Amino acid sequence: MNLKLIAGAVALAMGSSLAFASAGAVADEFKWMTFMVFGAIIAVTMYITFWAARQTHSTSEFYAAGRSVTGVQNGWAIAGDYLSAASFLGIAGLISIYGYDGFMYSVGWLVAYITVLLVIAEPCRNIGKYTLGDILAFRNNPKASKTVAALSTITVSTFYLTAQMVGGGVLIKTLIGIDYHISVIGVGILMLAYVVFGMKATTWVQIVKAVLLVTASILLVLITWGQYGFSLPGFLQAAVDNPGIQKQVAKLIGDAATNMTPQELGQRFLEPGLFLKNPIDQISLGMALVLGTAGMPHILMRFFTVPTAQDARKSVIWAMGIIGGFYVLTLFLGLGAAMHVGPANILALDKGGNMAAPLLAQFAGGGADSVLGNLFLAFVAAVAFATIVAVVAGLVLAAASAMAHDIYVGVIKGDHASPQEQVIAARVSSVIVGIMAIYVGIAAEGQNVAHLVALAFAVAASSNLPAVFLTLYWKRANTYGIVAGMLVGAITAIGLVMISPNMTYPKAVLKDANKVLQGEPAQPAKEATPAKPASSFMCELFAMDGCVKSEPAKAAALEKPAKPGAAEKLAQLAEKVAGLEASLPTLTDPAALKTAQDDIAKVKKDIVATEKAKAKAEGDLKKFEGQTTSMMGLEKPYFLLKNPGLISIPLGFLVVILGSLLFRDKRSEEMWDELYVRQNTGIHAEGATAH
Amino acid sequence: MSKQEMNWAAIDADPRFQALHKKKTTFLWGLMIFSVVYYFLLPIGAAYYQDLFKIKVWGPVNVGIVFALSEFVVAWTIAAVYAKRANKEFDTMAQGIIDDAHNMK
Repeated sequence: MNLKLIAGAVALAMGSSLAFASAGAVADEFKWMTFMVFGAIIAVTMYITFWAARQTHSTSEFYAAGRSVTGVQNGWAIAGDYLSAASFLGIAGLISIYGYDGFMYSVGWLVAYITVLLVIAEPCRNIGKYTLGDILAFRNNPKASKTVAALSTITVSTFYLTAQMVGGGVLIKTLIGIDYHISVIGVGILMLAYVVFGMKATTWVQIVKAVLLVTASILLVLITWGQYGFSLPGFLQAAVDNPGIQKQVAKLIGDAATNMTPQELGQRFLEPGLFLKNPIDQISLGMALVLGTAGMPHILMRFFTVPTAQDARKSVIWAMGIIGGFYVLTLFLGLGAAMHVGPANILALDKGGNMAAPLLAQFAGGGADSVLGNLFLAFVAAVAFATIVAVVAGLVLAAASAMAHDIYVGVIKGDHASPQEQVIAARVSSVIVGIMAIYVGIAAEGQNVAHLVALAFAVAASSNLPAVFLTLYWKRANTYGIVAGMLVGAITAIGLVMISPNMTYPKAVLKDANKVLQGEPAQPAKEATPAKPASSFMCELFAMDGCVKSEPAKAAALEKPAKPGAAEKLAQLAEKVAGLEASLPTLTDPAALKTAQDDIAKVKKDIVATEKAKAKAEGDLKKFEGQTTSMMGLEKPYFLLKNPGLISIPLGFLVVILGSLLFRDKRSEEMWDELYVRQNTGIHAEGATAH
Repeated sequence: MSKQEMNWAAIDADPRFQALHKKKTTFLWGLMIFSVVYYFLLPIGAAYYQDLFKIKVWGPVNVGIVFALSEFVVAWTIAAVYAKRANKEFDTMAQGIIDDAHNMK
C-alpha cells in the first residue's frame, strides 16, 4: 500500500473530523442515517418482542423465556448482555490511546467466563429457578437468603445500571448530539418496552445487538487490516511507523522520550506500562472480573433460560468464542483508529477515547465528507445505542426479578402467590426499576461514574460468588455464613471504594484548577531516580502513618520553563493568530500559504482547548470553593487502590466460612445431599414449558 | 418428568456418583487453578518482567503481544477441553446415575 496515500487520507480524516466536535460525531446532514439504521433495529426487535409477548403468560416464560432458548441463541444473548458500550467503545478507545495496556485490559473480561463455565453455569441451571436468591434458598433459610440475595442483586445492578445510563447518555450526546436528558429517557423507555414483555423479548434484543456488533467489528477489521494483507507484523509495523502514535507515546512518557528515536517511540506503544501502572491494583481488578462475572445476577439469570445443563454449557462455550473473538478484533480496531484517526483527534472528542471505533468507521467508509463514511458512522452509532439498551434491559430484568420473585413472592407472600399475581408483580417491578434507572441516570448527570462498573464486579465477586460457590460445593456452608459473608463482602467492597482514589478530593481538584488558571513556575533539571518500593505491603494498600510511599522510576528531566496561566496563554495564542493572519496576504507561494493556514487552524484548535480547560478550572474552583475533604471527610485517599477486590473477596469467603463453622443450621446440612446430587446430575431440574 | 421422592443420601453414597464426584472435582480444580495462574501471569509479567515482554520475536510483534494473544487461545482451549470431557464422560456417567436413581434406596 502506498504510504503517501495513507498519510494523505489520514491528514484528510484528521482535518475534517474536528469540524463537528461540538455537535456530536455524526454531522447534522447525516443524522437521518443514524436514525434510519436505529429505526430499523428498533423495528426488527419490536416485531420480535410482540411475537414473544404473545407467548409470555407464566412466570417461567417471563423470567426464563419458558426455558426454550437454545444453547447457541443463549451464547449470543450472553455476549449481547455482557459486551456493554464500555467494552465495545471503551476498550477500543483505550487501545487507541495507550496501545498494549488497553489490549491487556480486555483479557480479564474473557478469562472470567472460565469460572462461569467450570463452576457456575451447569450447577446453577440444575438447581436454580429464576434468580440468585433461588440458588441460595435451596439449602439455606429461604427468607433470609432471598432477602440478602435480593439486596445484593439490586445493589450490583444499580451500580452497573448507573454507569450504563450516565455513560450511555454522554455517549449518545457525543455521537449524535442528542441532549443528555432526552438520551437517558429515550434509552429508558425503549428498554422498558422490551423488559415488560419479559425474558424472551430481552433475549432477542441482546441477540440482535450482539450479531450487529460483531458484524460491524468484523467489517471494520476487514477494511483496516486488509490493507496490510492480513499480516500481523505488517499491521503492527505500520502502527510503529505512525507519527501520530509516536507523538502520543512521547506525550505519555514525558521526559523519558527525550533520547528515543521515532521508531523506539512507536514500538513503545506495543509495550506495557503506558496506562496500567500499579500491578497490585490490576491484580485486584483481575480478581473482581474473574470471580465477579460468575456472580453477576444478570449473567446467572441467563442460564435459567435454556432447557438443560448441557445447553447452559454450550451457551458459555459460544459466549466465550464470541466475546473472545470480539476482544481480539478490538486490538485491530484500536490500533487502526490510532493510525488513521490519531490519538489526539480521538481524545479531542472524548477524553475516555470512546469515539475511536466510530471515527474509525467513518474513516473506513471514506472519511467525514463521504456518504459511505457517514453511513458507517451512523451504523456504529446505532449499534452503540442498541448496546446500551440491551445491557440496561438485562440489568433491569435481573433487579426486577429480585424485587418481585425474591422479595414480594418469596419473602412477603411466603411463596404463596398465584401464577397470575406473580407475572403482574414481575411486570410492575420492571416498570419501577426502569423508572428508577431513568431517574438515577438524570440525577447522576456529570458525576464521575466510570468506577461503578468495576465496583459492581467487586461487589458481585465479594458477596454473591462466595455465597453461591460455597453453597454449591461446601457441605458445611449454611444460612449464617451466607448472610454474614454477603453483607460483609458487599459492605467492605463499597466502603473501600468510598475511601479510595475513585472519589473526588477537593484539595487535589483545586490544586489542578489553580495550575491551569495561574500557570506553573519553572522547574530545574532533575536527575533520574530509581524506583522506590513501599516500606511494607500494607503501605501499598493503605496510607497509614509512618508509611514510605512507593514511587516509580523517573527518567532524567531537562529544565522546564514556567507555564503561563490560561488567561495569559489565550492572549499569547490570539496574538499568534493575528500575526499569522496578517502574514497571509504577503504569501504568494501556495505551499507556504498552505502551511500558514494549517498553522492558524492548529492555533485556533489550541485556543478552543485552552478555553475549555479554563472554563472547567473556573467551574471546579466555584464548585469546590472552601471544601477541603471528600464525601467521607478525607483530604486524600486512605485506601490506595482503585479496586477493592484484593481485600473484599478473600474477606467475603472468610466470613462465609467462619459464620458457617460458628453456627449450625439443620436445614442447610440436611439439604446437602439433595443439592449435591441434583447439581451434578440435573435430576428434577426445572423443565422447559411446552407450547 | 414427575417429581417422585428420591433417596438423595443413597444416590450420594452410590459408588458411581462418588466416582463422578471425584473425577469432576480433580478435573475442574486442575483446570481452574491453571487458568487463574496463567491469567495472572499477564499483569505480573507486564509489571515486573518488562524486559522480557519487550523482546521482539516477529517483526514488531513482541513477547508481550504473543503472551496476551495466547491468553485468548488458552481460554478457548480450556473451554474446548472441558466441553469435550463433559460431553463424553461426565454426561454419560450422570445419565447412568439418573437412569438408576429411583432404584437407589
